[in-house]
Amino acid sequence: MAYNEPITELGEGSLVSKGTGFKEITEIVSRVTEQKAPRGWWILFGISSTFTAVLGATVGYLVWTGIGIWGNNSPVAWAWDITNFVWWIGIGHAGTLISAVLYLFRQYWRTAINRFSEAMTIFAVICALLFPTIHTGRPWFIYYPLPIPNSMNMWPNFKSPLLWDVFAVSTYFTVSLLFWYVGLIPDFATLRDRATHKVRRWVYGFLALGWRGSNRHWSNYERSYLILAALSTPLVLSVHSVVSFDFATSVEPGWHTTIFPPYFVAGAVFSGFAMVMTLLLIARTVYGLHDLVRIRHLELMNKIMLTTGSLVGYAYAMEFFIAWYSGNPYERYVFINRATGDYWWAYWSMITCNVISPQLFWFKKLRRSIPVMFVVSIIINIGMWFERFVIIVTSLHNDYLPSAWGNFSPTLFDITTFMGSLGLFFTAFLLFLRWMPMIAIAEVKMVIPEADPHYHPEGGHGHDASPHQMDEEHDAATAEGTPSAKSAAETSEGEEE
Amino acid sequence: MAAEEMAAEETGAAGEARPLIYLAEYDSPSEIMHAAEAVRDAGYKRWDTHTPFPVHGMDGAMGLKDSAVGWIVLAMGLTGCTTAFLLMWWTNGIDYPIIIGGKPGYSLPAMIPVMFELTILLSAFGAVFGMLGINQLPKHHHPVFYSERFERCSDDKFFISIEAADEQFDLEETRSLLEGTHPTHIELIQEETS
Repeated sequence: MAYNEPITELGEGSLVSKGTGFKEITEIVSRVTEQKAPRGWWILFGISSTFTAVLGATVGYLVWTGIGIWGNNSPVAWAWDITNFVWWIGIGHAGTLISAVLYLFRQYWRTAINRFSEAMTIFAVICALLFPTIHTGRPWFIYYPLPIPNSMNMWPNFKSPLLWDVFAVSTYFTVSLLFWYVGLIPDFATLRDRATHKVRRWVYGFLALGWRGSNRHWSNYERSYLILAALSTPLVLSVHSVVSFDFATSVEPGWHTTIFPPYFVAGAVFSGFAMVMTLLLIARTVYGLHDLVRIRHLELMNKIMLTTGSLVGYAYAMEFFIAWYSGNPYERYVFINRATGDYWWAYWSMITCNVISPQLFWFKKLRRSIPVMFVVSIIINIGMWFERFVIIVTSLHNDYLPSAWGNFSPTLFDITTFMGSLGLFFTAFLLFLRWMPMIAIAEVKMVIPEADPHYHPEGGHGHDASPHQMDEEHDAATAEGTPSAKSAAETSEGEEE
Repeated sequence: MAAEEMAAEETGAAGEARPLIYLAEYDSPSEIMHAAEAVRDAGYKRWDTHTPFPVHGMDGAMGLKDSAVGWIVLAMGLTGCTTAFLLMWWTNGIDYPIIIGGKPGYSLPAMIPVMFELTILLSAFGAVFGMLGINQLPKHHHPVFYSERFERCSDDKFFISIEAADEQFDLEETRSLLEGTHPTHIELIQEETS
């Protein structure tokens, strides 16, 4: 049974710290939802809910007045709002990638981070959906893209990529939510069984659907989970491809390119991993999850960021090459204008953040350094926002006729809507951390050596790891904090950041 | 539950409880795996193992058949794909064709994305609700929940339950079978009578 035995030849180590058994895993994850929230949580919650209130006020004012309060106007009709939409959707993609694609590839290290990143997906997609909804100007007509019989006897135009987007994003949201919930059922049962308060027992019991760990259930459950992973994998690739069709099927120079679908998907995964990293490092430090989320997990994520960051860099270079190779003067102009025109600073910010900064991860020392990865992950998020801004604004502001050129600058309300969406995201995320098991308890138990029915503890002690599980990581974990469950229970703050 | 309560009343006065289920507790996946093989070989039908996580190889140890969820997903996926095609073909091609950019009312290439998305959506519904349906969940009442020890089933303990409704169930014989598998604890869960 290779799935819970590290392959030492490949330099793999065990997925949880030594001495972390079933009980410790339950304890480490469940206690977060059972204890009072640490002060850091309240501070972050206060800040993020303030921003959410700002979002509420902005959206209220926008609906009351109209989207003229934003800076977008002809020729830049899509500006920050669509930038934010694409950015948020992209962030969501890493969650599905971690939960589905890594599952299909039997990457067992994903168990430490999948719940977390699936939650991130849900909240990111909620933030994303906000933007096209209010961008319509009349959000109470948002049902128009749906094929509902109406008094005009008209149907939506299914040949429009914007309509495909409606189907792609809403399917994505629904499937992500289902996937997340299915994963949560056994863990809700754990919280139900540990609950001491009647309300907790009732609420978690309701959510657990009466789960009793039956193997007859597990059998169907695992099959269902596998199928959901297999469905989500093409889905996640399709969603950002469809989002890129919004651009690629138009005849705007700089948008009308066949590289867009894979380029958008790579960028999405890239930015999503960066966001997972940012959130994970905060949660890991605040809640002392070092035994379950180890340096090795973080290092693997950094490798994925390096890969996808380089893919994105390749796409940027290829766009330029094709613009030159096409011989199309408009296409050439748009790309020269991107790098040297009025928005040169946005372009070079994008290159610095997305292409140069992840190259630090070629070095093992930097790849395993928590401060470095924290800073780089934030830089990448900023860079990916600039990428969408560059694509949208530079193509629109100077396209064909110079008489139709114009620049875009954001207003205060552009800024408050964007900052507000960050507030909404973090508020939802903090509530998730507080009330739900942020690490998949059942799945982590499954990948430790004791979970193997053929496991026989050496020397008759269940938690002694066999010598080959000792690895270089043990030292790293020790340097970070003592890797025993007991000390992790006591550590809440005071980790290096 | 109502029927069971009535049945319990029929069996007699308080104290004469009706057995519902035997619950044997184990410490490790390997122990419960061997125990499950023993119960399977004894020929029981209405029994189950309860574990905090899916133990690999347990389906074989219990003699379970392959899960049927995939067939539900297949049916739902085909339904989704067909529905999407028919919807677009009829609305854009037949009922109210809108000519945009000189393109035909309905054209297959433009339908692919929506057909794909609806296939996935309905398949996912099939996977989740099909799984819950086969498992008969949500079901918040079950005899195993009467046991306080069972609370650790979602933590670090492993259980085998044999229902009294099984044809082979016998208070003495079933108990000795379970005892032979070296559980750490055996419990007989009975109907709660007043």
